Amino acid sequence: MTASVLPDGASPLKRSKVHRAFSDAMVITERNLIGYLRIPESLFFSSVQPIMFVLLFRYVFGGAIATPGMNYVDYLMAGIFVQTVMFGSINTSIGLAEDLQKGLIERFRSLPMARSAVLAGRTTSDLLRNIVVIVIITLVGFAVGFRIHTNLLAFLGAVLLMLFFAYAISWGFAYIGLAAPNSEVAQLMSFPILFPLTFASTAFVPASTMPGWLRAFAEHQPVSLVINSVRALTEGGPTARWVIPALIWCTALLLAFVPLAVWRYRRTS
Amino acid sequence: MSHAIEAEGLVKTFGTDVRALDGVSLTVESGTVLGLLGPNGAGKTTTVRVLTTTLIPDSGRALVNGFDVVTQADKVRSSIGLAGQYAAVDENLTGRENLRMVGQLLQLSRRDASRIADELLEHFELTEAANRPSKTYSGGMRRRLDIAAALVHRPPVLFLDEPTTGLDPKSRNAVWAVVEELVAAGTTVLLTTQYLEEADRLADRIIVVDRGAVIAQGTSAELKADLGETVLDLEFVDPDTAQRAAASFRGTWTGGVVLDGSLLELSVDAGPSEVMLALRTLESAGIVATRMALREPSLDDVFLSLTGRRAEITEEES
Repeated sequence: MTASVLPDGASPLKRSKVHRAFSDAMVITERNLIGYLRIPESLFFSSVQPIMFVLLFRYVFGGAIATPGMNYVDYLMAGIFVQTVMFGSINTSIGLAEDLQKGLIERFRSLPMARSAVLAGRTTSDLLRNIVVIVIITLVGFAVGFRIHTNLLAFLGAVLLMLFFAYAISWGFAYIGLAAPNSEVAQLMSFPILFPLTFASTAFVPASTMPGWLRAFAEHQPVSLVINSVRALTEGGPTARWVIPALIWCTALLLAFVPLAVWRYRRTS
Repeated sequence: MSHAIEAEGLVKTFGTDVRALDGVSLTVESGTVLGLLGPNGAGKTTTVRVLTTTLIPDSGRALVNGFDVVTQADKVRSSIGLAGQYAAVDENLTGRENLRMVGQLLQLSRRDASRIADELLEHFELTEAANRPSKTYSGGMRRRLDIAAALVHRPPVLFLDEPTTGLDPKSRNAVWAVVEELVAAGTTVLLTTQYLEEADRLADRIIVVDRGAVIAQGTSAELKADLGETVLDLEFVDPDTAQRAAASFRGTWTGGVVLDGSLLELSVDAGPSEVMLALRTLESAGIVATRMALREPSLDDVFLSLTGRRAEITEEES
């Protein structure tokens, strides 16, 4: 007897809704990570840009920037870390825009899987990718003179905070990826959001040198709060005044962006 | 006979003025193949998207396997397979990984998903390429993988959205053979196509859609019967001459007359004597045809007589 075109049956596992959402998200995460591993160039080149920023600010601009009470390289690295994980979230929008463009989302939407899974899987794999990038940037930082003046635990706290922040905003970029007509436009849409937020912040220079109106923005916007938290956690100084508002911001952004992105996924046409 | 798919008055508009579906109703009996035929932009894909729950209609109702596509979407999803014209496989994943992923998303255990992936790869002659990223696959291999991915859970209803668009004739035949095999095994298939030959060969019933509405339906033979048994093609040096020729037939010719550029198509019902009549009519009007041919009517003629436009889309345009 010849084999039938239809495979022999297998029973689906009985799973609770929550368990299903979790396992679906893990399947998508695995799929995305395989994709990243098959294109190692992507991870390589997305690390090159922050490395160039480290070198640029450390050796070209750094000498001209005064940072009271701290070596510039120590001041700089908090900004680089946060900038890097933020720019990494562009991958979330590009990845989803590509999936949409290539018809994969169409297949996923026709499967009886959790509606949150494609987004949760994408943001989770980008979170894991960010961990790798943070390790690379930390090593590069050490090579150019960056030192942690607190302790390892505080540094790990700083890493967790920036990952939390990156995770929250990657849900916002998930929305952009689903709203963009293609991955190129998704990328173009991301830059005008990322640039002002990273540069009009305390990432590279103290806000005190900026004109009053810009300074007011730079000192209070969430990116600066996260950067100041990371700086305090790695270099010392009062932490609670930065970390608490930063955590509130991250939580608020996550609570706003997750439903927004899932809503967009449900209705994407 | 029970209906695997029933749709009633589906309407879907995009933006304010694009009416992609303008009241589409259709039924597909279990175990049969329905061909949804029409040119690009006719509403074929939109219909499939509504029936596969990826698009919610503005109004109208549809049941697939007895489940409502809006209110019981998850039940519909568990009982259908979808293979799309864009060959929705992940090109970074291997063929095996793609199929296993779909199995796992259908809540199969990793082991079951792997086993079924291997069975499907074997059947679709992809075993050799199973561990290569699917971006290295040829168009035909990708399409086979895409169809295999739609079969992981043995769905009783399969949607194929332009399954052979862009394929070479050999790959097209391979896809056709798969569809025929599935139908023989009892699967209900809804197939969209712009290829008249494809609908002719695979579909038990054909629905012709144009601008979001059903403009004709029936078996291939029924649709052709409206055109008479034979078509007489007459070609002229230019459209003006063809137009004058068409005018000379007006009032005297009992069958259909379709003008298409410099080509005139006459339906012939009464056999050879009518062909003689056609030639005499031309002669008395003093018009010379550059080419003449008698042939069986094709579905293209059906479309042309229904809409005044040709359905066949060339590869470059699609």
